[in-house]
Formats: sequence, C-alpha cells, structure tokens
Amino acid sequence: MDLLDPLLLARWQFGLTTLYHFLFVPLTLGMALTVAIFQTAWFRTGNLKWLHLTRFFGKLFLINFAMGVVTGIVQEFQFGMNWSSYSRFVGDVFGAPLAFEGLMAFFFEATFIGLWIFGWDKLPKGVHLATIWIATAGAWFSAYFILAANAFMQNPVGYRMAQDGGRAEMDDFLAVLTNPVALAALPHTLFAAFMLTSGVIISVASWHLLRGQNLEMMRPALKYGLWGMIVTFAGVAISGDQLSLVMVSTQPMKMAAAEALFDSACGADASFSLFSIGTPDGTGEIWALRVPYLLALLSTHSLDGCVEGINDLNMQYTTELFPQFADQVDGNFAPILWVTYWAFRWMIGLGAVAALTAVVGLWLTRKSAKRPVPAWAWKLAIWAWPASLFAILIGWVFTEMGRQPWIVFSLMLTQDGVSPNVPGWNVLLSLVAFTLIYAILAVVEIGLIIRTSKRGPDPLPDPDAPPPAEGALEDTPTTVY
Amino acid sequence: MDLAYLWFFIVGFLFVGYFVLDGFDFGVGMSLPFLGKDDIGRRQIINTIGPVWDLNETWVIVAGACLFAAFPEWYATLFSGFYLALLVILLALIARGVSFEYRHQRDSLRWKRGFDTMIVVGSAVPALLWGVAVANIVQGVPIDVNHEFTGSLLTLLNPYGLLGGLTTLLLFFTHGVYFVALKTDGQVREDARRLAARAGLATIVVAAVFLVWTVFNALSAGAPLVGLVIALAAVAAVCLIASWLANARGIEGWAFGFGAATIVAAVLTLWFALFPNVMPSTTDPAYSLTIENASSTDYTLTIMSWAALIFLPLVLAYQAWTYWVFRKRVSRSRIERAAAAAAH
Repeated sequence: MDLLDPLLLARWQFGLTTLYHFLFVPLTLGMALTVAIFQTAWFRTGNLKWLHLTRFFGKLFLINFAMGVVTGIVQEFQFGMNWSSYSRFVGDVFGAPLAFEGLMAFFFEATFIGLWIFGWDKLPKGVHLATIWIATAGAWFSAYFILAANAFMQNPVGYRMAQDGGRAEMDDFLAVLTNPVALAALPHTLFAAFMLTSGVIISVASWHLLRGQNLEMMRPALKYGLWGMIVTFAGVAISGDQLSLVMVSTQPMKMAAAEALFDSACGADASFSLFSIGTPDGTGEIWALRVPYLLALLSTHSLDGCVEGINDLNMQYTTELFPQFADQVDGNFAPILWVTYWAFRWMIGLGAVAALTAVVGLWLTRKSAKRPVPAWAWKLAIWAWPASLFAILIGWVFTEMGRQPWIVFSLMLTQDGVSPNVPGWNVLLSLVAFTLIYAILAVVEIGLIIRTSKRGPDPLPDPDAPPPAEGALEDTPTTVY
Repeated sequence: MDLAYLWFFIVGFLFVGYFVLDGFDFGVGMSLPFLGKDDIGRRQIINTIGPVWDLNETWVIVAGACLFAAFPEWYATLFSGFYLALLVILLALIARGVSFEYRHQRDSLRWKRGFDTMIVVGSAVPALLWGVAVANIVQGVPIDVNHEFTGSLLTLLNPYGLLGGLTTLLLFFTHGVYFVALKTDGQVREDARRLAARAGLATIVVAAVFLVWTVFNALSAGAPLVGLVIALAAVAAVCLIASWLANARGIEGWAFGFGAATIVAAVLTLWFALFPNVMPSTTDPAYSLTIENASSTDYTLTIMSWAALIFLPLVLAYQAWTYWVFRKRVSRSRIERAAAAAAH
C-alpha cells in the first residue's frame, strides 16, 4: 500500500472530517428546536424553570454549534481541494443546492444565532423568541439542501450528460430537489438528530437526578427527553424503512451489501442475519443467526419478495449496465462488505438500545411507581447520549461507504473524482493537520460539554426567600463573551 | 452565456462582502495585543464582533458555494491549485472561530490567553493569505491545457502575491482598528484611534504601491476594462486617505465607512483587472479559465439568478438590521458588571 496515494489519503480525509463535522450537526438540528420549545414555554407561562432550562441547554447548544460552524467550512472547501475532478464533473448540478443552502439557510442560521445569543437584553421578548425559531428553521433548511446534494451522489436525477460527455448538466432542478433519496433521507436524518438530542437531555437529566439536584428543572427535562426519544425513534424506524425501500430500487447493491447477500434470494430465503461470522477474506459466510423473510419484508414490503444478491448484480453491472467501468473495479461493484454489514447492524442496534432506555425510563418514573428509580438505572441512562450519537454516525458510515465504489452512482467512480494535480504529501500533510487540530479541539470540547452539563442550570430562586426588590426580578439575562 | 457575466459580478459581490465584513473582524482579532491591556479590555474588543463574526464568516461559505455552482471549473482549479494556502486558512479559521466561543467559558487567565493567541494568529493568517491568493489569481498562475494548476505553494509566494498579502493584512488591520474605535469607549477607544493613525500611514504606502502595480499589470496585459481598473484604483486610494483623515479628526463612523469603501473599491479593482478571465494561465493564454469556459450552463445560472435576486436583498436587510440591533458601543463598565456577576 502506497502511503502517499492521494486517493487513499483524500478518502480518509473526507471520512475523518465529515464524520467529525457530523458529531456536531445533528445536535445542532435537534437542540435548536429544543431550546426554541423551552423558550416558548417560558414565554407563554413565565415560569422561570423554562428560562433556566433554555439558558442551560442553550449553553450546550452553543459549545456544540461553534464546532459545527468551523468544521463545516472544511467540508465545502474540500470538494475543490481534494476532489477537483468530481467538482468539475458535477458542479453544474451539485453546486446549486450548496449555493441555495448558503443563500437561503446558512445566512439565516448564522445571523439569527448571533441575534439570539446577544439579543437577550436588546430585543423585545417576542422578537428574541422569534430569532431562535428562525435559526432553527435555517438549520433544518440547511440539512435539506445538503441532503439533496448528497442524494445526487446516491441517485443522480435531473441531469443530462454534456455533449462531449465531460460533465453532468442540470436540466431539471425540481427533480434534483425532490430526489426520492433526499425526501426519504430528510425525515430520517431529522428524526435521528432529535433522537440524539433526546439522548443528550436524558443523559444530563439523569446525571443530575442521580445526585438529587435541580429536581424541579431536571424532572420536566427528563420527561421531555424520554418522550422525545420514543416518538422520534418511531419516526426514525418508519422513515428508515422508507429509505431502505428507495435504496433497494435506486442502489440495490447497497442493500445487498448491508446484508452481505451474495446470491439473489426470495421469500424465506431472503433472511436477515442478526449476527454472522464470515470467512477471513470476506467473501463467504461460516455461520449466521438468521430471521427468515425479514430481508424480503424490509426490501420489498412483501413476504415473498425477491432481493438481488451481490454476485448477480455484479454480473449485470459488468456486462450490461456499466461495462465501461468494469475493468477499473475488477468486475466488483460492491462496497467493503464487512463495513456495510456491521455498520447497518450497529446503526439499528444502538438506536434500538437508546430507545429501549427511554421505555425503561418512562416505566421507572411513572406516576404510580412505588419505588424510587434505582441508582443503576440513572447511571445506565447516561449512556443514552453516546448510544444515539454512535448510531447516527455509523448510519452515515453505512450510507457513504455503501455508495462505493461510486462517487456518483452510475456516473463516476470515486477513484476518478480525486484531484489529479495535488501531490500525495500535500494530502498527507492536511490529513495529519486536521487530525491533530480536531483531536485537540475534541478534548477541549468534550471537557467543556461535560463541565457545563455537570454544573447544570442556574438554581431557581428560593420560594421561601423574601421577594427581591422591584426591578431585580427583571429576567433579561445578558450574554458577554 | 450572458448570465455567466452577471455571475462573475455576483461572485465578486460576495467576495467584496466577505472581505469588508470578515476583513474588519480579522482586524479586530489582530488588534488584541496592541489594544487589549487587560482582560476586561480584551473582552471589550472581542465583544465588538461577538454577535457578528459568525455571520461575517458565512459570507465566505456562500461565496465559495456560489463559485462552485456558477463556475465549477474555476472552483476546481483554484481550490485544488491553492491547496496548501487554503489548508492554512482553514486551520486558522477553525482555531479563531472556536476561540471566540470558548474563551469566556472558563475563568482562568491561562485558558483565556491561550485562546487570545489563537484569535490573533487565526485572524492574521487569513488576512495575509487571502490577499496572496487573490493577487495571484489576478496576476495569473501556471495552468495547463486541462485547466489544472501546475505550480506549487512557492509559485504563489512571488513579489506581487506577497505584496497583495501585505496589503490585505494592513488594510484589514486598520479597518478593524477603526471598528474598535467606533464600537468601544474609554482607554481602548483612544488607543485604537492612535493606533489607526499609525497603521493607516503604513497601509496607505503599501496599498498605493500595490494598486499602482495592479494598474501597471492591467495596462501591460491589455485588460479590456483598464479604464475602470484605473478609476477604481483611484477611488480606493482616495477612500483610504479619506478614512485616515476622518480618523485623525476623530470622526469614527466616517473613518470606518471610508475604510469599508476602500476594500470595496480595491477588490473591484482586482475583479475588473481579471475580467474577462477568471484565472489567467501564465503557461499559455489559450489555457486561461475565462468567464465563458469556466461557467455552468444557462439553465443552472438562471435558477441561481432567481435565488440570488430574491434572497440577497433579504440577506442584506436582516444583516443590516443585526448591525443596527448591536449598534451601541461596548462599554468597559458593561464588561466589568458582567465579570462581577459571573464571579458571584
């Protein structure tokens, strides 16, 4: 293996920087909404606990948001830096959703977040509340446009090839924006983002409740997190099911790779393995725990549906559909199977674990419960955060690794997208630099998040204390850097 | 293909916006070691851009995305070609952005000083390198028949490129110090005015040489819009001197306004010098990237034009409103009160 291979290094860099960026994105999406909801509750009821929760989760949100912003710039620059051939090839189509994202979503988000952070004592309450809602909407629109761009890579639509074959040219923007992959991925991503947010809230609330502190604020927060987790898990499951139906019709190889299904199978034979042991070279299977019919059901919504296998698809791709690419990939159009197989299972498994935590939590904290919640349950609930975070990250590993060997399915191979003129050592240097700075920032960021979480919200005023002097109750907090 | 010409100027507009806005907050960042005598003073300075640095920086993201969408060839050649320079800019922007948000999270002087250093370096490095990059785009770089850049980082470090970098560094620095003077009170404000007077002189000298060199290059290359290049360079020079004079008379608003106008005129000077190329090739003029051969299709540009037509005015409106909301000076006493409140 050539350590200075620009393709390999560029791929590692993209994987590293994208996953790192995505550590912050879903929490931004979900926490913005949560903060907006808490602030609305304060606005409507005037109850101080909602204000303190808004400020507290707002703080976590901002620590997280800062990292999302700065790591996001890398994403946009990277297409041109490391993937210039790809950029030339798809820019006419792929660039537009990115530009729309900037003009219609990201400007809103960045501007109104600033207004929200610093506007507490400068804007009327209602206007200030509106700023966080607008920022939330900006973040969500942003997600939509990015997913539309990504969907083009999974399932190119709305384009025609230029006459000289040199690039893809957009001929139907509406088709690009309503790509079925984008429409299915959007709810899946947003629900998952909210699952993560619920996980964070459950974790933080459990940590405080375990210690018996900030009860009057952490109890409603916990309830919000538990219900949020369950409702959005249902949303994740339903939208995930839709997404896999779309995947089967647009990228059948990805579904086959998710199951490591070598030969096409129908009905009972189209089983879903919960666990398997493969041969060391990854081309066969030694043992697996299987649920019959399940894969057929997932892929086609019919018990006796048929699912295409890797070998048949390879035959079809090599001889009929994409013979011009066959030599470059040695006749194998499948992604790395152990990655897709396990990523698919860990995604579902961790998501289910997080949801289960919420079910157990609701049961233990129900009104008629006779015993207090045992300490072990609180400690276990703290893991809802990492479980939901890894579920969503691994989901993206599956989505992107499952697209390989294509950079744009059916149009361009990843190996053809890389910048031809950037020397390997440049890419290595940038990979090392990003890894270092990201690692350092991760330590700082995680330290701050844990510290802020443990410190908790500002305590509520003592109800028995004499009422403060007129004016002091004016709850217009300020922010100063 | 007419729309491609429109987009040449829309992309230019976005970069002008970026350099004016992030330009002054780079300057504010760089001014910390000169104006921030104590932690309260440094916080006063940082808080002048606290609410807006993020929206300012967003301009480069939008400019980059529009460059990608409207001129994929330009975007691809530029970003892969100027690889290491952009890498350094990215690292600097990451360090700087995080520092604004994290600096105040802990009340430890060592923690704060660490982030202060990152703010200073993270502001100075992009302020320098953006100038190097833009000057090189205008001057031309080696580009082959496939539109691939064939030089290296050293190619960019030529006298004209470095002078361009020094010009933006000084221009942004002075522009930022004007902003500090406009937005603070007390000692910091007075120090800022004095510093701007000195920095302004250096800026005038360096920028004058750079503008004359740019005009000379445009003349010898036979740029089609050379008349406009000369006119805009003159406007830039006049605005720069006017900003210095306004500062000397203590009219902070006008100093900052003329400072912004200087950047607008200077970037437009470069943009018109570039026209109708977008990245001239020094290898062979036939290999140059032009507005016509680097742009997207008419279909894509039409859609983009509608989006820009509707949303850019809206963006400008709400960003102007944001600046209006935060129009008050950041007073020393306000920071002192906040520090006292946090200590309890």
